[in-house]
Amino acid sequence: MSTEELFEVRLIVNGAAHDVRVPARRLLSDCIRHDLRLTGTHVGCEHGVCGACTVLIDGVPMRSCLMLAVSADGTEITTVEGLTEADGSLSPVQQAFQDCHGLQCGFCTPGFLTTITAGLRDNPAPTEGDARELIGGNLCRCTGYQNIVKAVLRAAEIRQNRP
Amino acid sequence: MTKMFGEPIARVEDDRLLRGHGAYLDDLGHDALACAFVRSPHAHAEVLDIDVTGALDVDGLVAIYTYEDLAGPLADPLPLLIPHPALTHGRTQYALARDVVRHVGEPIAMVVARDRYLAEDAAERIVVSYRPLPAVVGVEAARAAEQLVHPDVPGNVAANMTQSVGDVAAAIAAAPHVLELDLSIERSASTPMEGRGVLARWDPESHRLRMWSSTQTSTGLRAAVAAKLGLALIDVDVITPDVGGGFGVKIMHPWPEEVLVPWAARALGQPVKFVEDRREHFIASAHERAQLHHVRAGFDDDGRLLGLDVRFWHDHGAYIPYGLIVPIITSTQLLGPYKPGAYRVEFDSLYTNTLIVTPYRGAGRPQGVFVMERTMDAIAAELGLDRTVVRERNFIRPDEMPYDHGLIFQDGRALIYDSGDYPQSLQKLKALVGWDEFAAYRDAARAEGRRVGIGLACYVEGTGVGPYEGGHVVVEPSGKVKVATGLTSQGQGHQTVFAQIVADELGVPVADIEVVTGDTRRFGYAVGTFASRAAVMSGSAIALAARAARAKVLKVAGEALEVSPDDLEIVDGIVRVSGVPGAEISLGTVAVLSNPLRYAFDDAAQAATQFAVGDTSRPPVDEDDEPGIEGRDYFSPMRSTFASGMHAVIVETDPDTAEITILKYCVVHDCGRLINPRIVEGQIHGGVAQGVAGALYERMAYDDAGQLQNASFMDFLMPYVSEVPLKIDIDHLETPSPLNPLGIKGAGEAGVIPGAAAFASAIEDAEGIPITAMPISPSELFELRRRTEGTPA
Repeated sequence: MSTEELFEVRLIVNGAAHDVRVPARRLLSDCIRHDLRLTGTHVGCEHGVCGACTVLIDGVPMRSCLMLAVSADGTEITTVEGLTEADGSLSPVQQAFQDCHGLQCGFCTPGFLTTITAGLRDNPAPTEGDARELIGGNLCRCTGYQNIVKAVLRAAEIRQNRP
Repeated sequence: MTKMFGEPIARVEDDRLLRGHGAYLDDLGHDALACAFVRSPHAHAEVLDIDVTGALDVDGLVAIYTYEDLAGPLADPLPLLIPHPALTHGRTQYALARDVVRHVGEPIAMVVARDRYLAEDAAERIVVSYRPLPAVVGVEAARAAEQLVHPDVPGNVAANMTQSVGDVAAAIAAAPHVLELDLSIERSASTPMEGRGVLARWDPESHRLRMWSSTQTSTGLRAAVAAKLGLALIDVDVITPDVGGGFGVKIMHPWPEEVLVPWAARALGQPVKFVEDRREHFIASAHERAQLHHVRAGFDDDGRLLGLDVRFWHDHGAYIPYGLIVPIITSTQLLGPYKPGAYRVEFDSLYTNTLIVTPYRGAGRPQGVFVMERTMDAIAAELGLDRTVVRERNFIRPDEMPYDHGLIFQDGRALIYDSGDYPQSLQKLKALVGWDEFAAYRDAARAEGRRVGIGLACYVEGTGVGPYEGGHVVVEPSGKVKVATGLTSQGQGHQTVFAQIVADELGVPVADIEVVTGDTRRFGYAVGTFASRAAVMSGSAIALAARAARAKVLKVAGEALEVSPDDLEIVDGIVRVSGVPGAEISLGTVAVLSNPLRYAFDDAAQAATQFAVGDTSRPPVDEDDEPGIEGRDYFSPMRSTFASGMHAVIVETDPDTAEITILKYCVVHDCGRLINPRIVEGQIHGGVAQGVAGALYERMAYDDAGQLQNASFMDFLMPYVSEVPLKIDIDHLETPSPLNPLGIKGAGEAGVIPGAAAFASAIEDAEGIPITAMPISPSELFELRRRTEGTPA
């Protein structure tokens, strides 16, 4: 079998441009994790159901396991590594997860963090019902979601109190 | 200094994980070769031929292995980890199938290639010829034994085991009332968000193997790999990286992949990695739960049990590497907080052509609790008594502790409850859920055409099983404290709670303590994380190790400050003379002084060279002494400690669609003294969600041919936030255990255990239809209604 054809792809990840050469079939999740070695993005099912691999593509939460790297060419991608504040402190959502014990094993957490970060941008003052709706497409096996719901509300609070 | 034990502090693990800086198995070894496995598509078949020709020209292919390539111990069946005298027909699989496959997903060929994509390309070009054989699927088919899973195992029975106390036949014969029930629970699985994975590097220069596995036991895996590859234990390091959840399934070891990957790494001289995908996790790891039970209960007019006779059938899948742990737990923990009168339990552990069974959080207890609690409800119904009254009358009383059931528990030790206060738990639960007010609410709801029901379930859980764990504590010259224990972590917050324990024992801030788990380089003797044992076993061992380190600190500091160690205290990392301000020495300095050095490599070391310290009339390190501030100790209890709890749930069932909605969920939980209440509550939340899953959603949908029909997250209904209770009301009771130095009991599994039983009780209460099989879906409830038409709801 002949060697696969490679495609030039430019991904702007957490503000930094990366030029990679990948086969057409390479998943965006694998490209981020193994080519760029940003392993904070996790893969829990590879069929788009669990949400662990969620990244923000031009600000919108997307499942990186359901996208090909070539189809993300030229986009701006935010992964969990890019969520922290400029001074290195935890973002409101990250801080809220710590405050509320919103994570246990931490494997699903990056997908929740990216999803909630985008969600609070759209709806800065969610009700508890909104919070459930916001995280309704992400699976977690450890927490029973109780403290993740609290973390969404707490993150909204922190966001409003930060300058 | 605030006492840390008992404080709900935030976790020290979180910062790293929240930044995406965790290091899970597939985050390691970017340079490693990747594996893919050719797995059986048949539940039962003879393997006639494996043709790899088509795969050979796949770009990036490195190697293909089949059973023919295995030699020595690796060619033998994988170990039967936990033998038992009753396990007369134990069979385990080969690392790669030899002639016959016995479940869908059994590995047949291993492909190693430059990356996973290419490995899968090659794997799908390997052509295996099969002669399909009839599949045995489910307990009924296994019992019927018209077909056999293993030709040399008559009746598909791996084990038949009976335990009894008293003369159950006579007790039931003499009882004023007798009832019989048939009760069943379906298969489910741990289903952590991260599947299995293993990475191995062979160092040809030192002839040493280093491997990482997403495992619940690094020491167990090390021993297994050393045995299979013919290596000395000391030449194998097993490191547990961050693990994305376990819930039991990762205690199984060695998986075929866990011996094949290091073997291939050695053979190829290159690092090799295997990362399981989600479908593989469904069909090639392990499941649990499936059991059928028949109960005969004799009781008096007050509802007191006089005799209980339980016969059950356990489906352990195609092989039985983990032995009889699950059915033995069902046999013994079924008794819960009750005195059964005479008791007899007998089970068969049966082969089927489905995936193997190993413990999943709760491990046989959800089934046992379901059986006992359904029996309690049936007794209450028969006598027209309140369900809580019947339970109360059968409780072991606090003044009867310790209570000896006269049976043998899963650890081979006597089933003796150490402590507990069940009547008080029940009072708390009734208050929390509003038990006494519910009848009025139910009547009012019925008048509006709504169906609501309340249910409860009680359990006792043996936790902290032996044989032992160890702890190591060392104070560095910087004053920082490094702690190690051999068992592993999968998200439980061990680094936090163990640091809390050391903080109190040693008088240092939590921020100065670093805890490492599951790394054989740091601690070589350990058992593993299962049976809610980590806090009890390693927590106790670490406390003892910290006490040893503390004694050494006080001795050295006492000599330096010229006072008796009894006059010293340690606060915030400073050793000081009680009541004498200024008379103090830092823990770091004590560590420096404890280690007489030859060489001065920094300022601290300069203070400790042999020319700077010491009594020249004594040897630099006294005969009964060692250099450094270190403590190492082990904890090995006589037997398990028994946690307990009770759950109550209020449900509403839709009169038309049979949809089941949770209105209220309450938990009363007694795990002895709480190290960190926030972490315990987190464990309960997660357990309850798995309990809801096991009651209402999750099952392994095998068809008659042994194909798993729902082997994906699209079809296996793992709860999202929309399926769990809006709120879980929790009340704690703290009955300390007398069996360990901290008075603690395990908390990891508790939340899941009574779920199915509590929901069955509540749905039965809402519907007026006996619920005898779980999980139950709306369509099944709808069908039950149809079949029992005419039964008043």
